[in-house]
Amino acid sequence: MGKMTLADLRKLRESSKKAMEMRDSENKGARIIISMGTCGIAAGAKETFDAFIEQLMARGMTDVLVSQTGCMGFCQHEPTIEVAVPGMESTVYGDVKGAAVEQIINTHLVGKQVLKDLVLEKPSVDIIKEA
Amino acid sequence: MAIESHVLICGGSACSSSGSNNITAEFKKELEAAGLAGKVEVLQTGCLGFCEQGPIVKIMPQGTFYVHVKLEDVKEIVSEHLVKGRVVGRLCYDPAQAKDPHAEANIPFYKKQFRIVLRNCGVINPEKIEDYIARDGYKALEKVLFEMTPEQVVEEMKKSGLRGRGGAGFPTGVKWESAAKQPKGQKYMICNADEGDPGAYMDRATLEGDPHSVLEAMVIGGYAVGADKGYIYIRAEYPLAIERLQIAIGQAREAGLLGDDILGSGFNFDIELRFGAGAFVCGEGTALQHSIEGKRGMPRPKPPNSVVAGLWARPTVINNVETLATIPVIINKGADWFTKIGTPDTPGTKVFALTGKVNNSGLIEVPMGTTLREIIFDIGGGIRGGHKFKAAQTGGPSGGMIPEQFLDLPIDFGSLAKIDSIMGSGGLIVMDETDCVVDIAKFYLDFTVEESCGKCAPCRIGGRKLLNYLTKISEGRGTLQDLENMERISKAMCKASLCGLGQSAANPVLSMLKYFKDEVVEHVVDKKCRAGKCSKLIQYKIDPAKCKGCTMCARKCPAGAISGALKNPHVIDTTKCVKCGACEATCKFGAISHG
Amino acid sequence: MNEPIEKMTPEISAFIEEWKSKPGNLIMVLHQVQQTYGYIPRNIAIEISERLSVPLAKIYGVVTFYNFFKLEKAGKYKIQVCLGTACYIRGGDDLLKALEKELGIGLNSTTPDGLFSIEAVRCLGCCGLAPVIVVNGNVHGRLTSKDVPAIIEQYRKQG
Repeated sequence: MGKMTLADLRKLRESSKKAMEMRDSENKGARIIISMGTCGIAAGAKETFDAFIEQLMARGMTDVLVSQTGCMGFCQHEPTIEVAVPGMESTVYGDVKGAAVEQIINTHLVGKQVLKDLVLEKPSVDIIKEA
Repeated sequence: MAIESHVLICGGSACSSSGSNNITAEFKKELEAAGLAGKVEVLQTGCLGFCEQGPIVKIMPQGTFYVHVKLEDVKEIVSEHLVKGRVVGRLCYDPAQAKDPHAEANIPFYKKQFRIVLRNCGVINPEKIEDYIARDGYKALEKVLFEMTPEQVVEEMKKSGLRGRGGAGFPTGVKWESAAKQPKGQKYMICNADEGDPGAYMDRATLEGDPHSVLEAMVIGGYAVGADKGYIYIRAEYPLAIERLQIAIGQAREAGLLGDDILGSGFNFDIELRFGAGAFVCGEGTALQHSIEGKRGMPRPKPPNSVVAGLWARPTVINNVETLATIPVIINKGADWFTKIGTPDTPGTKVFALTGKVNNSGLIEVPMGTTLREIIFDIGGGIRGGHKFKAAQTGGPSGGMIPEQFLDLPIDFGSLAKIDSIMGSGGLIVMDETDCVVDIAKFYLDFTVEESCGKCAPCRIGGRKLLNYLTKISEGRGTLQDLENMERISKAMCKASLCGLGQSAANPVLSMLKYFKDEVVEHVVDKKCRAGKCSKLIQYKIDPAKCKGCTMCARKCPAGAISGALKNPHVIDTTKCVKCGACEATCKFGAISHG
Repeated sequence: MNEPIEKMTPEISAFIEEWKSKPGNLIMVLHQVQQTYGYIPRNIAIEISERLSVPLAKIYGVVTFYNFFKLEKAGKYKIQVCLGTACYIRGGDDLLKALEKELGIGLNSTTPDGLFSIEAVRCLGCCGLAPVIVVNGNVHGRLTSKDVPAIIEQYRKQG
C-alpha cells in the first residue's frame, strides 16, 4: 500500500466504501460472512468455512463471496454466519455445520428463502450506516 | 442526557376522543420525573391523519411513529426512546414488520443491543485494513490531526463523559487532561488488554474482530496527551488476538498511519505489543507497568498516579480496550451524540460477556441503564432448563452477587456500586438455584488468594482467612461468630489493601452476607446446603417405600455404608458415607436422594 | 535429579540479540523460551542471565510470579482445564476430576510416559462453549465428564 497522505487516505476510504456498497447493493453476488473469533473456530467455524468454499466451487457459484469476520457475539450458537443476498435482508444463522451448509446454499442462496430452522435474527442496528 | 427532541401528540378529534389529552399530561409528568422537562418539548399537533391507529405519538427529529399509545405506554417511551434513544418496537407502525420473516424466528438477541464498541465485530474482515477504512476507520484520526488541537480533543473527551470500561469507571477525559498537563517529554499510552476476570472476554473479541479501532484510538490519545509511544499489554493466552493485532500494526505502519509523520501531519506515534503472562493483578495499572518493565507485576502505593509517574517513571495513560474502541466513534459523531446514549451517570454502552445458566450465552452490547432483567431474560432468553434465577454476578472476583430484587435496576457504574457490586470489566454470570452462594464465594476467594501478589498484608492474610472461613462453613464446621469475623475482615480489606485487587476481593463475601444470609446461616446452623453443592453437607437417604431391596447400592458403595437384607429396604449409615453419589446413580427405582 | 540440558536454538539466540537493547525485554524473551521448550530450562535461564546482564535470582522471581511460565517440562499433550467462572459453574470441576481419574495423575503433573500433563487455567475466553478443555491449543467445548475418555483416547492413539 505504501505510506499514505491525508488525500490518499480519503481516496482509499471512498473507493473501499464504494466497493462495500457495491457488494451490498443489488448488482453484485451474495456474501457469506463467517464469525471466526476464538470461540467460533473452537466450535468448528474453519470447517464450515471450508465446506462453503468446497460446495460453492463444486456448483460453480463463483460469484458468492465467502469471508471471515470477528466474533458476532452469539457464542451459544457458534459457528455463526451472516448471509447477505442481494434484495433480501441480511440474516444471521447459528449452529452452521454439517448438513446446514448445504441447506443454506439450497434454500437461501439458490431459493432466496430464509431457512427458518436455523435463523437466529437479523444483525443489530449498524451505527456506521445509520449516520 | 436527553435528546433535544419534540414529542408530537395528535390532537385531532379522533385521537382526542381516544384519550390523547391525558397522554399529553402523562408525557409531561414522566419527562419531569426523568429530568428531561426542559429538554424535550411536548406539543399537541393537528391531526396526523392516521385516525384508525390513534392515539398517535410522533417523536422528532427521528420521525418515529407510535400507534395505539396507551397511558401506561408513556413511561416506556420516555425511558426507552427519550432517555436511551431506543425505539419501542412494539408500538411502532411499520407495515414492513408484518412481513418480516425474521420476526418469526424471534430471538431478540440483537434487537435490544446497540453496538458502538462492537460496531465492526462480525461485520468487517479484521485482517483487511480497507474494510476498516471503508467504515469510517481512521476518519477520527484524520479529524483530530488536521482539524483539532490536542486541547480540543481532551475537551471533547471530557464533554462525552466517557468512563473507563476496565472496571473503575474513571472519566477518560480527565485522565487524558492530567497527562496532557504534565511537562513535555517522553510520555506513554498503554492499552490494557490483560483481561484477567475469569468469565469476561469482550476485549479479546474486540481485538480479534476490530483491531484497528484500538490502534486508531491510541494514536488519538497520543496526540491529545503528547505521547509518541504506545504499548498494548495483552494476555499471552489470546494467540488469535495477538496475531490479528500484529497484522493490523504491520498494515497501519505500511500505510503511514503509525510511525513518523502520520498522514503528513508531522505527528509521530508507534505501538509495540507486550505479553502478559497469566497474573490477574497485572490488570492493575501500576502492576501492569512493572510487568512491561520486565519485572514481577506487583502494584505500588499511589500517589504518584500513573499520569504523573507511570511507565519508567514517565507520565502514562492506561486505557482499557473497550474504552479505546469507543473513542473513534465519539470523535466522529461528537460528544453530544454520545451523551444521548446511556444514563447521565454513565453515557454510552457496555459490552457484557453473558454466561452461566442462561439460554443464550454471548457477547452483548447494550446502552447503560438497561436492566438486568432485559439482559438476562430478553437477550439471554432466560434461565436454562427451566430453573429459577438466583443471582447475577457482575465484576467477576471483584464484584458481588446481585439478587432477584434488583433485576429491574437500570445498571451503570453508580447503581451497581450502590448495591455492593461493581461494573468491573463486564463479566455477567447468571446463577440458578442449583448454585450455592457459599460455593461461589469460595470459588472467587480461591481465585483472589491464588492471584494475590502478597505485597500487602490485608489482601495476603485477609483473603486467606476469608477462604478458610468459607471452607469451614461449606464443610459444616462454621459458627455464627465466623460470619461476624468475615464481615470485619472484609471491611478491613476494602479499606487497607494496597490495590484494587485487595480492595475488592471481599465483595463476593460482603454481598453474600448481605443478600443471601439465610442460606449461609443454613449451612452454619442446620448444616444444610440447599443447592446440594457443598458435598460435605449432603446427606444421602433411601426412601423405604421405593426401595425394593435389590442390594445394588450396597454392592456399589465403596465405603460399605449401606446395609439391609435382600428384598428389604436398605439404610445408609451417614457416618460411613463418603458422599460419592454412586448409590444414587445406580438405583433403578429412584429410591435414593440427597439433600 | 538430573536436570535436562536443552540446546539454545538459533531463533532464541537471535531473539535475544534483537531485544537486548530494548527496556523491559526479560518477559518477552521468557515467552519465546517457554514457547520453544514448553518450560524454562535452567541452563537456558543461566545463559539469558549472562547475555541480558540480569541476575538469575531475578529471572527466577519473574518466572515464579507468572502462571504462564513453568519450571518443569509439560507432557507431549498439554491439557488445560478451564476453571474460569462460566466453566466452573457449568461443571469444569467435574471435567478435572474425570481427567485425573482417566490419567491417574493429579493437577500440575505429567503422566509417567510423558504423554499427558494437566494444568488448570482461568478463562480461555470460550465461555459460550463452557465447560471447555484445551489440548495443545485445540479447544474441546460443551463437554461432560463422560466425554473425557474418548478425547484422551483420540490423542493416545496418535501417540
